Amino acid sequence: MIHSLKRALTDIRSNKFLNLITIITISLSIMVVSVFLLFFENAGRVIESWNQGGRAMIYLKGEFNTDMLPQLKAKINALGDIDEMVYISKAKALDTLKKTLASQTTFLKTLKKNPLPDALEIKIKSYKNFQGVQTLAQNIKAIDIVDDIEYGQGWLGQFLKLFKLFKITGYAMCGFFFLIALFITANTVRLAFYSRKLEVDIMRLVGATEIFIKAPFYIEGLVQGFLGGVLGLGALLATYLMVSSGITQSLASYVYFDIRFLSVKMVMLIIFSSTFLGWFGCYLSLKQIFK
Amino acid sequence: MIRLFNVSKRFGGKLALKNISLDIEQGEFIFISGPSGAGKSTLLKILYLADNIFEGQVLIDGMNLSRISSSKLPVLRRRFGIVFQDFKLIPTLTVYENISLVLEAAGKKTSFIKKKVMQVLRSIGMEKKAKAFPLTLSGGEQQRVAVARAVVGEPSIILADEPTGSLDSTSARAILDFLMEYHKKGSTILIASHDLHLMKNTIKGRNIELNAGRIVSTDIMY
Ligand SMILES: Nc1ncnc2c1ncn2[C@@H]1O[C@H](COP(=O)(O)OP(=O)(O)OP(=O)(O)O)[C@@H](O)[C@H]1O
Ligand SMILES: [Mg+2]
Repeated sequence: MIHSLKRALTDIRSNKFLNLITIITISLSIMVVSVFLLFFENAGRVIESWNQGGRAMIYLKGEFNTDMLPQLKAKINALGDIDEMVYISKAKALDTLKKTLASQTTFLKTLKKNPLPDALEIKIKSYKNFQGVQTLAQNIKAIDIVDDIEYGQGWLGQFLKLFKLFKITGYAMCGFFFLIALFITANTVRLAFYSRKLEVDIMRLVGATEIFIKAPFYIEGLVQGFLGGVLGLGALLATYLMVSSGITQSLASYVYFDIRFLSVKMVMLIIFSSTFLGWFGCYLSLKQIFK
Repeated sequence: MIRLFNVSKRFGGKLALKNISLDIEQGEFIFISGPSGAGKSTLLKILYLADNIFEGQVLIDGMNLSRISSSKLPVLRRRFGIVFQDFKLIPTLTVYENISLVLEAAGKKTSFIKKKVMQVLRSIGMEKKAKAFPLTLSGGEQQRVAVARAVVGEPSIILADEPTGSLDSTSARAILDFLMEYHKKGSTILIASHDLHLMKNTIKGRNIELNAGRIVSTDIMY
């Protein structure tokens, strides 16, 4: 084992250039993949925070009167977790409107009839996902006195569709870069193997087992994968730190959008995957060579 | 322990070995002589399984070489110590590493390996060159390293192809004496060489003379 490690390191040292190229290729692939993951993790988190609940307006039909209010509240409460519920009568709504549109009050004064509906403003408790909110909203809408419910479903739905499309593209890209990295690693191992063909033949003749012969190549693959992963993530982290400090300075004052780096779990997963990739590339090429 | 029965080897249409039958007992000292191209190396290569395509049967300790599984192969080879005619030292490894490789492949402990390798290097007078790379050594020095590598694992069978070919007669005798020590410890030794003079008067053993792939004579030397 110590011996294999030593031999792998000697080999990496003697094939510095080749190994460097491989590690850089892996790290670039890992970087691209990580950028996607970074984006998804952040976008996902932001969407979650929009999704999970928040304010919604329930517009009621014209025949509604305040006597119905307690019963309606009870019905809505029975449907799901509602944090608060505030009744806004159409008179109050018009008042608010008048206040906000102070200059146009003349126009509003000419109105003979209040065109606004009575409404309930509710705050929906957090759900695990958007689906939960959607179901609740649909159930509320099904109550006969309810005319409509507004919770940003239109644009959020659109956004989610777009996000899904983006995600699929992201997965495809990740797969593509994974294959590239795999191909490069496999190729490096193959070159390393042929550059040491003589050594391998001699080792066989002096009674080395196949495992003993192959172990250094596997170690080399693992080291390449691991270093590639660490380097790729390191570069991404550096970029992230640079960019995010820039964003905080210029945008933080008026936009609250907090981009976080990949979670520890994700970082571990990426490094593990890239190490696995190194091993797998090695496995494939040795399998082909020893066929 | 080594038994060849009607072994023939063909390269293309040309026979390099013709119907060789031979019995070698454990602990014997066998000298394979004959002119260049007689088939000495070919015979040894068949024994150490560098070449498994041949006609006839070869049994080593009852194992049939034509039927040996690839997983058993390393185990069998570890019982051999081989001095290759062209040395086959690994150019990227130092003298020390070339020799220690055999013990590492056999899974020996590092402390044991260190002791053993240095001991063998000392006995062939190469301890000062432990860190040198093979290509920086003279032919004779490389040959001595090749011999050291062959014996370091204390193999039960030593197959030496021209182990003294690049040495002056004094060094050659030293190497032979060195191999004799392993012979005394019980190893079976096969030496292929055309230098019959060197062997005469020094070694008690059997001389098998090959010519054009056939055994032309077998005699006991004293
Ligand atoms: N790989 C090969 N391909 C074709 N012919 C070969 C091969 N190896 C050996 N031969 C032929 O087999 C014959 C025996 O060769 P071998 O190497 O066994 O001779 P040798 O007795 O060891 O000679 P030397 O004393 O020169 O080492 C020679 O005629 C040689 O040309
Ligand atoms: Mg020869």
